[in-house]
Amino acid sequence: MSVIVYAESWEGKFKKTTFETVNYAAAVAEGMGTDVVAVTIGELQSNAADLGKYGASKVITVSGDSLSEFNPFTYAHALVEAARANDGKVIVVNGTFTGKSLAPVIGVEYEAAVITNVVSRPSGFSPLTVQRNAFSSKGLVEYKSNSERAVISIVTNALGVHKEDGSPANVEAATFSVDSGLKNTESVNVDRVKGQIPLPEAELVVSAGRGMKGPENWGMIEDLADTLGAATACSKPVSDMGWRPHSEHVGQTGIAINPNLYIAVGISGAVQHLAGVSNSNTIVVINSDPEAPFFKAADYGIVGDAFEVVPKLTEAIKAFKANN
Amino acid sequence: MKILVCISHVPDTTSKINFKNDNTEFDTAGLQFVINPYDEFGLTRAIWLKEKFGGTVTAINVGTNATEPTLRKALAIGADDAIRVDAEPRDSFFVAKQLAKVIFENEYDIVICGQESIDYNGGQVPGMVAALLKMPFVNACVGLEIEGQTATCTREIDGGKEVLKAQLPIVIGGKKGLVEEKDLRIPNMRGIMSARTKPLNVVQATEAPSMTESVKYQKPAPKAAVKMIDKDNVQELVELLHSEAKVI
Repeated sequence: MSVIVYAESWEGKFKKTTFETVNYAAAVAEGMGTDVVAVTIGELQSNAADLGKYGASKVITVSGDSLSEFNPFTYAHALVEAARANDGKVIVVNGTFTGKSLAPVIGVEYEAAVITNVVSRPSGFSPLTVQRNAFSSKGLVEYKSNSERAVISIVTNALGVHKEDGSPANVEAATFSVDSGLKNTESVNVDRVKGQIPLPEAELVVSAGRGMKGPENWGMIEDLADTLGAATACSKPVSDMGWRPHSEHVGQTGIAINPNLYIAVGISGAVQHLAGVSNSNTIVVINSDPEAPFFKAADYGIVGDAFEVVPKLTEAIKAFKANN
Repeated sequence: MKILVCISHVPDTTSKINFKNDNTEFDTAGLQFVINPYDEFGLTRAIWLKEKFGGTVTAINVGTNATEPTLRKALAIGADDAIRVDAEPRDSFFVAKQLAKVIFENEYDIVICGQESIDYNGGQVPGMVAALLKMPFVNACVGLEIEGQTATCTREIDGGKEVLKAQLPIVIGGKKGLVEEKDLRIPNMRGIMSARTKPLNVVQATEAPSMTESVKYQKPAPKAAVKMIDKDNVQELVELLHSEAKVI
C-alpha cells in the first residue's frame, strides 16, 4: 500500500506548489499508516531526492519519448503504472492546470474516486473522506469515496508547506512503456512569461480594477507588486476591456486564487470577483468608495484615491523592507 | 460538423447558498437557475463553427425535468436540438458515463464542456468523458479553430498559454476566450419563439456507479470585521501586514 504523488515540474524544476502537494500526500500517508511514493515525469534538473525533505520515501523518475510534453493520457498512464506497481490507494496531484487536466483522466484509468479542489486533510480514511471547496467559495462539501482508490487534487496555497526537514528519498529511475498512440495532442507552441511568478501559485497578489481609469495607469500597480515580490491580477471588466490580459482575470470565469495576501485596488467586489479571491488569507481593499461591497470581505481597508494611496503604500513597503 | 455542447444547470451567480436536512443536502428552494457561465462561451463558439462550416449544434444536460428551462434557453440562443438524460446527476463520474454513451452513439466531431460548473466546481466531467471515449482532451481551452479534421486549440497553462493540435473528434473543457464576453449570444424574441418547437429529446439514463458521495455541507467561517486604516497612515497597514497578518 502507498500514497502516490505526482511531483510536477516545469522546465526541469519542481513547481513550488509541488512541495505543498508532497506535504499533503505525506499527511494522507501518515493517516493511512503508509509511505509516499513521488513520481516525476520527463526531464528533470532538480534533485529528485529532495522530495524526501517534504515527506516522500521513494521517488520514481519516469522518462520516455512520449513524455517530453504534457498530455493528460500519457501522464495519467505513467502515474497509474506507478500506482499499480506500488499498490497506490490514493494519488495526489497539484491544483495547477496540469493537475486539473490529469485528475479526471487518472480517475477513469485507475477506477478511482476523484475529489478535486481539496482544502483540508482527510477527516477519515476508510472510506476516504475529505472536504473540498464548492459553490464558487460560498460553501464547503465533505466528500466520501465509494472506491478503494482515490485521486485528490488540492487547491494551490490552501494548505502551505509545513514540513521540509525529512531525509532524502531513494530515487528509482523507471521507463514505463507509454504507448505512443496515447499521445493524441501535439504541442505547437508554448508562450509563457519568463521570470515571473505564475499568478495561480503566487503567495502575494496585487490586483486592480476599473478604478484605475485606464491601462496607462498600471505602472503604480506593477511598482507595488514588484516591491512586494507579488504577481499582478485584475478584475473582469479590466480584462474584458483589454486593459490587461485574460490570464490576469481572477474571479468566476477567470481563475480562482488562494494567496496569502490579496491587495485589491479600485475593485468594487462583485460576487463574481469574490468567487475567485475570497479564500485569500488576508485581503486588503483600497477603494475611493466607502460603500464598496469589497470592504465587507476585507481584513484591512483604506478609503482613498488609488492614485494617492498606492504610491504611498509602495514607499512605505520599501522603507519597511529596507529596515527588516 | 456535429457539435455537442454540454450544459450544466446551475444556480445564478448571485444566489445565496443554503443547505438543508442537517447540512447534508444543497437547498435549491427559491434559487434561480441558469446555464453555467463556463458553458455559455462554448455554446456561442459552437454556433459560430456551425455558421462557418454547417452542421448541427446539440445541447445536452444530465438532469431531472427541472433543467428543461435551461436547455430551452440553449435552444433559444441557437442550439438546433437538445437532449436531456433523465437522471439526478449524482456525481461527476455518473454524469460523464451518461454523456459518453450519448457521444458514442451519435458520433459528434466536437464535444464542448465548460471547464467546470459554478456550483460544485469539480472540473472533472470533460476529462472523464475524454478518458472514457479515448478522445483528445484540451482543458482550460481559450481558443478553438477548426480546419478540415484538425482542431487547433489554445489552452491556459500556469503563467501562459500553449497551442495544441489534435485530430477530431475532440473534447474541450472551455472557458472565456473561446469567445469574448461581449460576443456571447443572448436569446432574442425569434430565438425564444423557435426554441419552443425545437426538439428536446429525453433519453433514459444508463446504469453507472457514483464514485463519490457528498456527506456534509458547510459555509465558510465568517470573516472578522474589516479594520479600516486612514489613507494618510499607510505605515500602519504595513505594520499590521507584518506583525498581525504575518504576510510580509
